[in-house]
Amino acid sequence: MQSEIMFAGFGGQGILLMGEILAQAALKEGKEVAWIPSYGPEMRGGTAYCTVVISDRPIGSPVIKNPKHLLAMNRPSLEKFAPTVKPGGIILINSSLIPIESGRDDVDQIKINATGLANELGNVRIANVIALSAFVARSKLVDFESAQEAVKNKLAKKKKLIPLNLEAMEKGKELALNQ
Amino acid sequence: MAKVLMKGNEAIGEAAIKAGCLNYFAYPITPQTEVAEYLCRRLPEENGVFLQAESEVAASYMLFGAAGAGERVFTTSSSPGISLMGEAISYMAGAQLPAVLVNIMRGGPGLGGILPAQGDYFQATKGGGHGDYRLLTLAPASVQEAVEMVMEAFTLAEKYRNPVMILGDGMLGQMMEPVEFPEGLTTAPSNKDEWATNGMGNRNSNKPNIVKSLFLTDTDLNENNLVLKAKYEEMKKHEIRYESYNTDGDYQLLLVSFGMMSRICKSAIDDLKEEGIEIGLIRPQTLFPFPDEAIRQAVDKPSCKSALSVELNMGQMVEDVERCVHGKRPVSWFGTAGGVIPTPEEVVAEIKRVLG
Repeated sequence: MQSEIMFAGFGGQGILLMGEILAQAALKEGKEVAWIPSYGPEMRGGTAYCTVVISDRPIGSPVIKNPKHLLAMNRPSLEKFAPTVKPGGIILINSSLIPIESGRDDVDQIKINATGLANELGNVRIANVIALSAFVARSKLVDFESAQEAVKNKLAKKKKLIPLNLEAMEKGKELALNQ
Repeated sequence: MAKVLMKGNEAIGEAAIKAGCLNYFAYPITPQTEVAEYLCRRLPEENGVFLQAESEVAASYMLFGAAGAGERVFTTSSSPGISLMGEAISYMAGAQLPAVLVNIMRGGPGLGGILPAQGDYFQATKGGGHGDYRLLTLAPASVQEAVEMVMEAFTLAEKYRNPVMILGDGMLGQMMEPVEFPEGLTTAPSNKDEWATNGMGNRNSNKPNIVKSLFLTDTDLNENNLVLKAKYEEMKKHEIRYESYNTDGDYQLLLVSFGMMSRICKSAIDDLKEEGIEIGLIRPQTLFPFPDEAIRQAVDKPSCKSALSVELNMGQMVEDVERCVHGKRPVSWFGTAGGVIPTPEEVVAEIKRVLG
């Protein structure tokens, strides 16, 4: 079994970090993982995306044109990548910034008000963790606890941010399971 | 030690430290700058030397100087930067100095782009600098293999007193994969007393060592070339490495592919297997010395109708494959350049086209 997850949004939304946290969680569960970023000639505020491949076998190509799942954090990302998602996958839409739908009826589309909720929690930068948690809860690609561990490890040097992040994770999970 | 998730570039930097190399001279260039970024933090922690040179030319001669003094030395760069180092690489080969260089290739020619490519195959394996020399060239296909090859490269460089090149691409440098670091090597080059200009007081011999690549008399220079030639022949005898994939059964076609591109080929082979089409793969792990005999034998299999070299360039390694196959089977090339990465589906389509 192999799953490919694409994370896409603006530079500054923590897109690469979302992918890294998922990859760390999968690694913790003993799975094969590869994380590959976009590193083209981008500029601040431009698009950023990364792909994570999770597999129970050694990973062949880490370059994926048709991912199984997509987490779109802004509108250009959804427009660009929604058509590439494999049927049956999940498309997560950051509905705070994306007023449109994926236009796909062969995927599991979930809309998460990630940026709005992050603002309510007092830190817009936490939108990525909300969206990631919603995705993890919905897809069950890794255990929710593994994702929590990965977030905590990433914040080992900024421990005071851990409670806020764990709260954000619970919110994301709740939203995903109630759709 | 548990597996950790690391970017290829960072893992390469850590591998050099684990191999006991504490001298790094370099100049930043995408897509390998994270090696320098990582080492400028890590080397001071190990009391090592991190030096950002004023250019790649300068960095490569710092390598020459420190290697001549018997130190274990390391640099990393990307395609245009390696071109600038070409002169010093030739000098190090001529003066028989060990050094490890990593080329995280980007698209060319010229300033090209910053995306992954394999356009420096000729540069690494056939020259790059002037004169008659060879670089022992290793081509990793995963972050784990990059770590192991960097660590081994120092041993090989010292064994042969020759620069060793690690040829990766932007994908390898930028991606994160789980890695496990093997036990470190010893720090001191074991044979440096034979050649290092580290002061008579520092070695148990009265023989003065001279580091030079200038031999003004024809016979002396010819003699030096023969010494180098003998080393390259030894490398061909002892250092050829390759991986075979799906070559036990009766495959119809043999793929030859190196580095990250070989992984895309493996995905294509797995997809074709489900359709009942068997394809074999030889992945050279050393590009010089090249696995001539392995490819020759693999192509000789009666079921194998032809060979296809798949590369992220416009057809370079295919010339070595043709040399090995020596007209016994048709050899063709498939590839892309400039940062365009073929999908497994595109490789499958090309294989089907070749099989007809």
